[in-house]
Amino acid sequence: MSAGLETSADKPAQDAPGLPGDPAQQGGTAQAAVVTHGLTKRFRSGQLAVDGLDMVVPRGSVYGFLGPNGSGKTTTIRMLLGLVFATSGSHELLSTAMPAGAARVLPRVGSLVEGPAFYTQLSGRANLARIDAVDATADPGTTDARVTAALERVGLLAAAKKRYRAYSLGMKQRLAIAASLLQPRELIILDEPTNGLDPQGTREVRALIREIATDGVTVLVSSHLLAEVEQICTHVGVMRTGRMVFQGTLEEMRARGAARVQVRTTEPVQAAEVLTKLGLADIQAVDGKVSAQIGDQGPEVVCRELVLAGVPVAGFDTPRPSLEDLFVELTGEGFDVDG
Amino acid sequence: MSTAEAPPVPRPARAGGAPPVRRGYVRPWLRLLRSELGLMFRRWRNRALLAVVVAIPILLGSALRVAVPQGGQNGGGNGLGAAFLTQVAGNGVFLAFLSLTIMLTLVLPLVVAVVSGESLAGEANTGTLRYLLAVPAGRARLLSVKYVAVVVFALAACLLVAASALIVGVALFPVGPVTLLSGTTVPLSEGLLRLLFVVLYVTAAMAMLGAIGLAISSLTEHPIAAIAAIMILAVSSEVADNIPQFAAVGPYLPSHWWLSFDSILRMPIDTTELSHGLLSFAVYIVIFGSIAWARFTSADITS
Repeated sequence: MSAGLETSADKPAQDAPGLPGDPAQQGGTAQAAVVTHGLTKRFRSGQLAVDGLDMVVPRGSVYGFLGPNGSGKTTTIRMLLGLVFATSGSHELLSTAMPAGAARVLPRVGSLVEGPAFYTQLSGRANLARIDAVDATADPGTTDARVTAALERVGLLAAAKKRYRAYSLGMKQRLAIAASLLQPRELIILDEPTNGLDPQGTREVRALIREIATDGVTVLVSSHLLAEVEQICTHVGVMRTGRMVFQGTLEEMRARGAARVQVRTTEPVQAAEVLTKLGLADIQAVDGKVSAQIGDQGPEVVCRELVLAGVPVAGFDTPRPSLEDLFVELTGEGFDVDG
Repeated sequence: MSTAEAPPVPRPARAGGAPPVRRGYVRPWLRLLRSELGLMFRRWRNRALLAVVVAIPILLGSALRVAVPQGGQNGGGNGLGAAFLTQVAGNGVFLAFLSLTIMLTLVLPLVVAVVSGESLAGEANTGTLRYLLAVPAGRARLLSVKYVAVVVFALAACLLVAASALIVGVALFPVGPVTLLSGTTVPLSEGLLRLLFVVLYVTAAMAMLGAIGLAISSLTEHPIAAIAAIMILAVSSEVADNIPQFAAVGPYLPSHWWLSFDSILRMPIDTTELSHGLLSFAVYIVIFGSIAWARFTSADITS
């Protein structure tokens, strides 16, 4: 049971452990909204769902939590919220140790976990009122106003009196988001908020997340599709079979892709020789185009060397792999989902 | 449907507001209980159960009215039920005792099994449990509210049985000073007071079954499985209690003391019997309450 309410809520973050990306880029504070230390979950079945996860979600960021289905994202989110207990490791939400501080910190955290789930016999409004009645920090006097505001925010006010049973999947999803907006939040965790939505619904949810984030709320949004969150995220964490295979800003992820130099020329052999001499790796020559990993070489150096060596350079480019390519490279190509 | 709610409401999701503070413990708990009871009593399935509970005394009273000539004190067997049967013909108030006795073997346990089996497993089954806990509801807090709601529902069911039986009894049979099972006659007002005690005793018995039900409900995500398990347990206990070879363990069976309320209908009241019963209920409530608590506060919610 929680005894001290307001005592440790505002204590500074414990030695914000080495942010892999850019700690202070967002607004200055090195405080993180979510920190996990070696978080591990082995289910009783023996399945290792999450394996030594070190996750850092900087405050004020929109963190895209990516990975294929079954990679451990939902188990991680359940552990973050104290629904599932970690086998080992620890984590903090808003600088409060979980799950011990759940009663203190969770009122400041809104969440959508693995799809919406409400009472089918109740209306959307009654469902939100029920959620509000559960919250020991909620003021019953303002419930109506807050429920109305939350419904309006997700565009469900017109369907407020309709039974949940009669809601479309998109409406259900939006109601779940509305539930996470009933109170002022500092962190909102959305697990696959666009799952099962049509493209228009996906766009609406994206716009909503963007709007929430502009209020300064940290958003942790999980998805198995990079494309769905790419446009709104500042940071990404990529999971694969229970492990974090990449974490950092979106720029860092882009930069991670090995850039190549690509030369269009009528003398591919000669060009390849120059590139070899410069020490570039993975040289490929395909119909009139020679490419290689550029490595540490500046493109301007490569270009000058080519010209000085007398190679007719008809075109010069330094393409980078798309985020999608990188994502697939990180998470694996096919159906290698374990479990 | 007025979609245009005129007064502009503050947008709630915003960082940097005052951190939310718990508004005491009791008031939010009561608010959650009210919400829980609203959900419970508004569910059509539960309303149907209560309707059945009201209907059975009506059927019973009508059947007796037809079978027994009014005023006739024809002696019947020597079991508890038979004693009641004779009494009902003489005094309508006894229809309430008879109804509670009969319904305590199956119908009331079924009612309690449904609401207690549903309590946690039902929320887990629909997935609402994860949302309640993420609010956060607090696991121990939610468990206590769930249990109290089950007990309130059991009390409501027992009161409805008594009320329905009283109304039917008054309508179909003579009513007057109550002759107790021990032969003493007490005024009607005292008879009704004793009926209230019987209702409370039966509720205590059902509260015990509710604790068992809550523990079973915390073990599964399938409410039907929980309800079935609770019923099987209740009926097995009643059956075992009637097998002479089990006499040694009889007093420890959950259902052994359920019908001991007939002590209340004697003069003087046999308090040893009653206190044994209440002690048995208390012990079961503590044991199964602890099991439910241990399980529910440590379980992974994966539904």
